[in-house]
Amino acid sequence: MPSAFKKALDSGKFVVTSEVAPSKGTNLEKMAHHVELLKDKVDAMNVTDHQSSVMRFPSLGGALLVKENGGEPILQMTCRDRNRLALQSDLMMASSRGINNVLCLTGDSVMLGDHKAAKGVFDLDSSQLLAAVRTMKGGKDMAGNDLDGDVNFCAGAIVTPEANPIEPQLIKFEKKIESGAEFIQTQAVYEMDNFKRFMDYARQFDVKILAGIILLTSAGMARFMNKNVAGVMVPQRLIDEMASAPKGGALKKGIEITGRMIAQIKEEGICDGVHIMAIGKEEVVPDIMSAAGLI
Amino acid sequence: MIRSITRQKPMNEIEHLLDGMDRIFIIGCGTCTTMTRTGGAEQVAAMSEDLSSRGKVITGTTVVPVACDNLTADILSEYGSRMNQADALLVMSCAYGVQTIGSQLGQMVVPAQNTLFIGKENAAGQFNESCTQCGTCVIGETGGICPVTACHKGLVNGPCGGTNNGKCEIDSNKDCVWTLIYNRLKELGRLDVMRTYKKPRNHLGEPSPGKFDIPAD
Repeated sequence: MPSAFKKALDSGKFVVTSEVAPSKGTNLEKMAHHVELLKDKVDAMNVTDHQSSVMRFPSLGGALLVKENGGEPILQMTCRDRNRLALQSDLMMASSRGINNVLCLTGDSVMLGDHKAAKGVFDLDSSQLLAAVRTMKGGKDMAGNDLDGDVNFCAGAIVTPEANPIEPQLIKFEKKIESGAEFIQTQAVYEMDNFKRFMDYARQFDVKILAGIILLTSAGMARFMNKNVAGVMVPQRLIDEMASAPKGGALKKGIEITGRMIAQIKEEGICDGVHIMAIGKEEVVPDIMSAAGLI
Repeated sequence: MIRSITRQKPMNEIEHLLDGMDRIFIIGCGTCTTMTRTGGAEQVAAMSEDLSSRGKVITGTTVVPVACDNLTADILSEYGSRMNQADALLVMSCAYGVQTIGSQLGQMVVPAQNTLFIGKENAAGQFNESCTQCGTCVIGETGGICPVTACHKGLVNGPCGGTNNGKCEIDSNKDCVWTLIYNRLKELGRLDVMRTYKKPRNHLGEPSPGKFDIPAD
């Protein structure tokens, strides 16, 4: 049976996903609060997997929390920390508990996180993990053995439309689709003309594309991303607009800009939906959706 | 030419490894660590001076021609008494040399270096890691450039999302090998091989520890 998220993707509606970040520790109150706030507003919530290689409560546990609280989880799974045995067993665990959406990622280097001496696994890459999900959906494990019981997933992946150079990224993007990606959540996009050019290319593939939107919280944060985050390019005019916000009004300005971008994507039908990343400010996602005219 | 690339351990670690051992004989290597200036005559002399200043008694020093060679024990035999007086041999070769000397001489050996990788000298004084002897060579499909080695994550299907302006997410001084592979295959008119999906690798081409015997005639 298709997941609720898969049904939303197939319905042709403008799909909205957001994300919740598991806690550092076992206190899940904040996460549960975000789930409560978002579950009836977004179509699904991504649960991040040791984001930026910082050790946290597991994405599988976070996805269970989303499910138990009535939300629709998208389990983020990186290849950084688990070999193919562990990945397949976690997929079975997820599927058995009604977690039926998975975002397959290669994962950041452990060197970017807080356990810098750990061994990075990378037994598989993102396209191979997607292929593994498809194999399991067909009733077999990666070694060709029969699986007892169904494994059901709507599998997705990411792409960086502003990567430089772009061509190697697009080759990988096509491999992900070939390996079974049914949806794509993009890295943050800000320059709509660039994104439209990417979509002109991407439309040829049978895959749903959700534009990644990162909430800007200050001009400094935008400059920081331009300098430090691969494939993210905030145009100067948006940085200037953020800087023009009155003291204490930067967040409000960021919500306004983000809402405006989402409204444009929806009105012009640029892609199939958006993935809103309000890193550390998940509580304002409803405000962003309201600014975009979605609720 | 390939070389074993080494970096000297921090002196506090060397001191820790030599803790309780007061008399030290130091052995350098005339091949790789001489070339990389980590364990040649000059570095052996500097180490001798440094350890003396830390209260160690240096019973002798030498630089053997090729520390990893089976003849090293014969060459070192002329230093027998001075080595025997020592509580430990501090070896400034790569780990191949340390292990050779340790197995041949029956004395406590302490490495002065961390062995980093087998490096290929691509320009004068510039070494890169380009093969990790994985046992399942993939470079027939990558234009002769190894992503298993030169991609930080060993990815075989293309770059990760951390690649930025042709550089690696862990270090902007290191190339993203998938940009190099893309450029090479494009030049060769063979981007089709990059577009082909590569199955998960066999990570146990030669299950470690590797072993090889030349077949008998």
